[in-house]
Amino acid sequence: MATNLIECKALTKYFPVKSFLREIGKVHAVEQVDLAIPEGQTVGLVGESGCGKTTLARTILALIPPTSGEIYFNGRDISKFSKKELRAFRKDTAIVFQDPYSSLDPRMIIADVVGEPLSIHGIARGEDRDDFVLNLLERVGLKVEHLYRYPHEFSGGQRQRLAIARALAGDPKFILLDEATSALDVSVQAKILNMLNRLKKELSLTYLFISHNLDVIRHLSDIIGVMYLGMIVEQGSRKQVFDLPLHPYTRGLLSASPSLDPDARSGTRDVVLKGEVPSAINPPPGCRFHPRCPSMRPSCAKEPPKLKDIGMGHLVSCHFAGCV
Amino acid sequence: MKLPKGFLFTSRYRILKRRLHPITKEFGLTFYVLRKSTLAVIGALLVCMFLFLAIFGSRIAPYNPYEVKIRERFIPPSKTHWFGTDKMGRDVFSRMLHGARYSIRAGLIVLVIAVPIGVLLGGIAGLFGGWRDEVIMRFTDVFLAFPSLILAMSFSAALGPSLFNAMIALSIVWWPMYTRLIRGQALSVRETDYVEAARSRGAGNWYLVRRHILPNCLSPILVTFTLDMGWIITATAALSFLGFGAQPPMPEWGRMISDGRIYMLQAWWVSVFPGLGIVMTVLGFNLLGDGIRDALDPKLRRITEVKWKQRTFS
Amino acid sequence: METENVLLAVENLKTQFFTYGGVVEALDEVSFNIIEGEVFGLVGESGCGKSVTASSILGLVQKPGKVISGRVLLDGDDLLQKSAQEMNQIRGSRISIIFQDPTSSLNPVFRIGYQVAEPYIYHQGKPRKVAARDALKILSQTGLPDPADKARNYPHELSGGMRQRAMIAMALTCEPDLLIADEPTTNLDVTIERQILNLVKDLQEEFGTSVLWITHDLGVIAQICDRVAVMYAGNIVEQASVRVVFHSPKHPYTQKLLRAIPAVDSSGENLEEIPGSVPRLINPPSGCRFHPRCDHAMSVCSGKKPIEREVGLGHTVACHLF
Repeated sequence: MATNLIECKALTKYFPVKSFLREIGKVHAVEQVDLAIPEGQTVGLVGESGCGKTTLARTILALIPPTSGEIYFNGRDISKFSKKELRAFRKDTAIVFQDPYSSLDPRMIIADVVGEPLSIHGIARGEDRDDFVLNLLERVGLKVEHLYRYPHEFSGGQRQRLAIARALAGDPKFILLDEATSALDVSVQAKILNMLNRLKKELSLTYLFISHNLDVIRHLSDIIGVMYLGMIVEQGSRKQVFDLPLHPYTRGLLSASPSLDPDARSGTRDVVLKGEVPSAINPPPGCRFHPRCPSMRPSCAKEPPKLKDIGMGHLVSCHFAGCV
Repeated sequence: MKLPKGFLFTSRYRILKRRLHPITKEFGLTFYVLRKSTLAVIGALLVCMFLFLAIFGSRIAPYNPYEVKIRERFIPPSKTHWFGTDKMGRDVFSRMLHGARYSIRAGLIVLVIAVPIGVLLGGIAGLFGGWRDEVIMRFTDVFLAFPSLILAMSFSAALGPSLFNAMIALSIVWWPMYTRLIRGQALSVRETDYVEAARSRGAGNWYLVRRHILPNCLSPILVTFTLDMGWIITATAALSFLGFGAQPPMPEWGRMISDGRIYMLQAWWVSVFPGLGIVMTVLGFNLLGDGIRDALDPKLRRITEVKWKQRTFS
Repeated sequence: METENVLLAVENLKTQFFTYGGVVEALDEVSFNIIEGEVFGLVGESGCGKSVTASSILGLVQKPGKVISGRVLLDGDDLLQKSAQEMNQIRGSRISIIFQDPTSSLNPVFRIGYQVAEPYIYHQGKPRKVAARDALKILSQTGLPDPADKARNYPHELSGGMRQRAMIAMALTCEPDLLIADEPTTNLDVTIERQILNLVKDLQEEFGTSVLWITHDLGVIAQICDRVAVMYAGNIVEQASVRVVFHSPKHPYTQKLLRAIPAVDSSGENLEEIPGSVPRLINPPSGCRFHPRCDHAMSVCSGKKPIEREVGLGHTVACHLF
């Protein structure tokens, strides 16, 4: 059994809503999330805006302190890390962001941008560092002469490669890809996705891929988590979630996602979710999805469901999973 | 790329050259964009002229600016006295040449005091946020609540009328603007993805300030600095005009306007020429400042870069 | 198909931007027809010229851009020859447009109800009370919950989906002949996007409006369009009914584009990669603009620009292979 590189238990994050320095409410961004990311696999986190996936990701990387719950990296609790261990953690993890135009410092040349992690951790300096950077650039398919240029001379796809090269600096074990291909054209996205797959195999990486695009998630992920309003409502392998979605939200999401088959139109009107995502400041009582759920029953508004294992690691958080 | 130690000097030199190349390229592009704007070029010329006068003015002045020659008072502009003479018989042109340096000195001193304070306080406020931000900004607000000239006048009066005290007073009035500016920049840079990426790889606050925040603050500082020079020269002249700054017989331009004020009808040249001098100087700094702002604007640079590359490599 | 009326005929539309760095040849003789009552899709990646097509049709091309040549016939009437005054009358009443970002297309200082009522007042001269009542009616038709209350809100008080519904309401007030939709659902969540797509389809059937739907999302095209034109670097490379384009595309670019999208069974395998990158339009490649990246490029491809040829019923391709 593969070891879990990262594991969260009951991870919760609330943000205070302040008015004149007094707290008048809380944004329930992430609620009691249990997520395990096995080593060498890609976990895809899918959900719409406001579902908390970005906050969850930042909390896992210790960029935001959690309100409660624990995060384990290689079996050790992150909150108990010493300064040295935290530094090592930072070297072993990296992020790639969505917007290639704002994720590179416009005032730094490429050699400095990509080599930044190496400088921060003192792995290499000067000439040696430039050597490392050249290697990384080659890995992501960029050329030697690009080393001393500024980011604005590159296209979006190339910048994203640079961001990935920077993420690879320092030999991380884990890379968080936060909507890394959402801002790219389809043809460029294809190249980046292929490259990510290749790098994962070559360097034995573990990915957490966040996206709202179901097709990309399905293509890239081994395990998928579906988030809604701060909670994971369904989790399982690719086959389990896509071929046998059990949670009404997952079903709604899958049917809403435009398929590339013009003949598949008529059936897709069936599971159209009504309404909009409610505010995370006052989430609905009981099951947070119940106001929009086509299969809602009275008990859904009273008691929040727990994530249950239906079989073979397929987890669903619904009172009536499998019964509808 | 690895060479034996014997060639250390050569390899280091090459690396340095390669690293400097993109920076010099960026400077080249900046100058090219500046050259393209006629107004910016005019501004640059005016500023250069003013700087030249400020540095060398005293040497090329034909007459002694302080020597009193009562018999030659109020001579209108003529071949011997290009700008005429004032009420003490002193050549206005020579006085202006000598006085240029006071204006520039004022500008530089105010900025040398105000900018570092602004960067320090604004940087702390912007980077850390929280209570530090609140405390610093409220303190800044106190200074901003007063009309700047009145505040400068009060400080000047309290310290005693002299050009030096006027400069101190203006510094006190001016630092809040830079604090606000740097705080805004630091705040926006702090929120960017690249800073978050650096932080996620373990960068500490000091590293972030040094490598990310400060470099990204330089261009707004430069633009504001240039535009401000005009304002400060005007403000210094205003304070001197009102009697709070330069005292007679100092040939500071604002003072000269004030001295000639009563004689406007009989001898207009005593006030008008220094006034024109201030106008041209401030205009120059404003045009140059606008030009620099445009030259540093990323969108404009990208559009112009294509033309520039064609010219260099054709 | 029975005799259909061509509502909008775009013929050899050529638009260029005279920028400081050179001439950007944004549209290179683009031609297509939109039939009455159909949903016509214009799809392509960023920079292909789809948004420029919309602004060229509406006469909204900003300086330094200019429509160089071509005709845009709305029911036989050439829009490019019309005066600014006449175009003002047409925009909003005969042709409406909804944009990608409703936040910047809705005026933040006016209430929603006022903005939706505005076309009634301006184009149809209705008195304010009547216009307000009609505005409420159309807002409720767009599925906006509690329209009377929402009409009193400002745009920033509504969510993205609601703002888009308000935009659609505004666009449909004068029952235009043609609705141009420029990436209206790109910024919306998938479930909200589905609601908007269904809404537009329903309204389109009810009002009989033709729709020109511009997007980069092939999935949306597959779901909502009847016919589609694929654009690349300022040219239309393939045009056909949606079914034909998706099931049997003929142009190399269309084929590769469809294979580059992750599909149901593609996991684990490599996606199709198109070598090279989208060309700059300042000095575009000679002849066929796709030839530097095409597997089937022949010597004629770099010399001569391919003409659109019919390869099937209603299916045209611009490629030297045909």
